[in-house]
Amino acid sequence: MGGVNGHVVTQRRRMTMTGAEATAEAMRQIHPDVVAAYPITPQTDIVMRFARYVSDGVVQTEFVPVESEHSALSAVVGASAAGARAMTATSGPGFALMHEILYVASGYRLPIVMPVANRALSGPINIHGDHSDTMGSRDAGWIQIFSENAQEAYDNLIQAVRIAEDPSVRLPVQVTQDGFIITHGMEIVEVLTDAEVQQFVGTYEPERYLLDVERPMTVGALALQNSYFEVKRQLAEAMVNARRVIADVGEAFGRLSGRYYGLTEPYRMNDAELAVVVLGSTAGTAKVVVDELRNRGVKAGLVKIRVFRPFPAQNLRDLLRGTRAVGVLDRSDSVSGGLGGPVFAETKAALYGLPDPPVMTGYVYGLGGRDTTPEMIESVYEDLAELARRARDNYAEVVADAALAGHYLGVREPGQNGSPHRHGAAKLGER
Amino acid sequence: MPTLKELARRPNPLTGGHSACAGCGFPQAVRLVLMSIDEPVVVAGATGCMEVTTTTYPNTAWTVPFIHNAFENAAATISGVEAAYQALRRKGKIDREIRFVAFGGDGGTYDIGLQSLSGAVERGHRFLYVCYDNQAYMNTGIQRSSATPFGASTTTSPAGDVVPGKQQRRKDLTAIMAAHGIPYVAQSTIAHWQDLTRKVKRATEVDGPSFINVLAPCRLGWGTDPSQTIRLAELAAETCAWPLFEVDHGQWKVTYVPKNKLAIEEYLKPQERFRHVFEDETGQLLAAIQKDVDEQWQALLARAGLGKDGKA
Ligand SMILES: Cc1ncc(C[n+]2csc(CCOP(=O)(O)OP(=O)(O)O)c2C)c(N)n1
Ligand code: SF4
Repeated sequence: MGGVNGHVVTQRRRMTMTGAEATAEAMRQIHPDVVAAYPITPQTDIVMRFARYVSDGVVQTEFVPVESEHSALSAVVGASAAGARAMTATSGPGFALMHEILYVASGYRLPIVMPVANRALSGPINIHGDHSDTMGSRDAGWIQIFSENAQEAYDNLIQAVRIAEDPSVRLPVQVTQDGFIITHGMEIVEVLTDAEVQQFVGTYEPERYLLDVERPMTVGALALQNSYFEVKRQLAEAMVNARRVIADVGEAFGRLSGRYYGLTEPYRMNDAELAVVVLGSTAGTAKVVVDELRNRGVKAGLVKIRVFRPFPAQNLRDLLRGTRAVGVLDRSDSVSGGLGGPVFAETKAALYGLPDPPVMTGYVYGLGGRDTTPEMIESVYEDLAELARRARDNYAEVVADAALAGHYLGVREPGQNGSPHRHGAAKLGER
Repeated sequence: MPTLKELARRPNPLTGGHSACAGCGFPQAVRLVLMSIDEPVVVAGATGCMEVTTTTYPNTAWTVPFIHNAFENAAATISGVEAAYQALRRKGKIDREIRFVAFGGDGGTYDIGLQSLSGAVERGHRFLYVCYDNQAYMNTGIQRSSATPFGASTTTSPAGDVVPGKQQRRKDLTAIMAAHGIPYVAQSTIAHWQDLTRKVKRATEVDGPSFINVLAPCRLGWGTDPSQTIRLAELAAETCAWPLFEVDHGQWKVTYVPKNKLAIEEYLKPQERFRHVFEDETGQLLAAIQKDVDEQWQALLARAGLGKDGKA
């Protein structure tokens, strides 16, 4: 029950919760009009908790236990267009099954909010956390917010409602958390009061909606060559507007909770020379590594991408300017023929044209829930130190090599048995 | 029950100016269905001829709220709309009675949309799903669907030298919907306006999901003269190729028993899609079609507790 006595929180509390529990708790406090969902591990834990709230009368939400994820999002599109605040949640293959309707939701500019418990895609089937599901939808016109831990999964979901419904945005939002690592890991989470959350999200007052039968409207008309392009262009404009709105909402949430949020979160970046870019739970592990390296006198830093759509290109330019080498970690692979993952490709693109840019290289890691250890992340900083050193002598060649390299972190290569973990020979900062 | 005159005076939910072919059957289905409902309606439609010809931006032929989501999910979409209605009513944000109707072609209903339809009715949302059945995927160019009758030539079951049109029977979707045990299921045509309007009234009265399968000939796909659309729908019932019946709370009832059941050729002859049937000198194909129709008609009579002559 999320440890909430009687399901009413009138005082802020710090409680031990999983990410799934924290998400269900945020959903309870948001109190959407309609939730439609279909079970899939590791998302199930969220909706079954929410279903219990419905059965116990704790929320008055209309819960629609649909027969597939395709129908879950389809029903939520119907509900949202009808004028309701509507949510669903999913993972991996379920997310993939929604794919067609993801574009309908954003194309119709419906402020749907969807928690995503990130999971690998089949085949082979795998229920554990990686970002292949979410990344597969990165061009679908949804805002994508990544969470580092259960607290952020909770905080982000509450902010998502306000971001989605902002009149200058009106876009669907995914709030992701790494499957099992966050959804099923226990942490301390500070829960706001019900009243605070309700006040923060406000009420949903759509301008036009289907149930307004006095003012009939057609939703989802056929748009041909003379109008489709404009619709998509306006969608792109809304995504640009979202940058400012996300920052404003993150600021407002900070004033309420003391926890401030932006598009990116720099960690010890002030004078960093070697930087890692990462999203999701691995940012937490990487912060530990950065602290360790700093203790040894290595100028290490980290940039956590919190919001992947809209992509925080300018933030990355500002933060990474002045570094000497950057390693980008991708928990999904673009299978692009050796070029690494999507975060790497987009970070490179963002830094294009910077004067005196850092050497950049990319790593695919953690697929299918593979453990990512501090040692592995440290090995990335070791690589970066080596790259930076070599780049001093032969900049052009090293930059070109690194930019095209797709590394795999913690994988057993063909013919290699035993531990997939790779350890650096000598520790950085030690002589 | 409104008279025909009264019906004609009601506000038109689907105005003229849509771009369906002259003599198309579905606009008649949409109008008859929606004009039989007294309460305000919200409508969802599947991708297909109906959606494409009525909503070409910046125009819309709909004077009632209408949503198109995708091809296979009209039923899921209307369940979401209905769920929103329940939620907003409970919160006091809406206080009037509204009815919910989803329309899909046979492709979007019998085939790709069947899962979503089955799920939605099983959950018990209060809405009416109307399949306007023109017996093929018309919008993409007359491909066979599981509603295409045995022997019909379509672009993916063309009558050729070796294979004479579609080799499988039409799926009996109406019976499948009845098997869901929902309160009301029926079958009608665009020609039988009294039968159809009465069934719609009954369907929207019951507290729960309802389904009506309406035969709506497609003059293009069937290869018929635009002036013959209504006549063909009539002939479908007169030959029992498309029987009229209903299943009201589990009770099967045949709502039209032709006094003189006509031979199937009366119905098939005017249709280009069956031309090869009449070019076959052995007459085997025609006999096979007649046999199939007769078997299904007898099975329906038995279900409704009627004798072979259609009498109780
Ligand atoms: C997922 C998906 N698959 C295929 C299509 C292409 N498609 C659009 S309409 C249509 C045929 C519709 O046929 P039917 O439901 O029988 O309606 P009709 O056009 O005959 O009115 C098809 C195959 C689509 N839009 N979406
Ligand atoms: S192709 Fe057939 S179903 Fe489509 S608009 Fe023309 S007559 Fe109607």
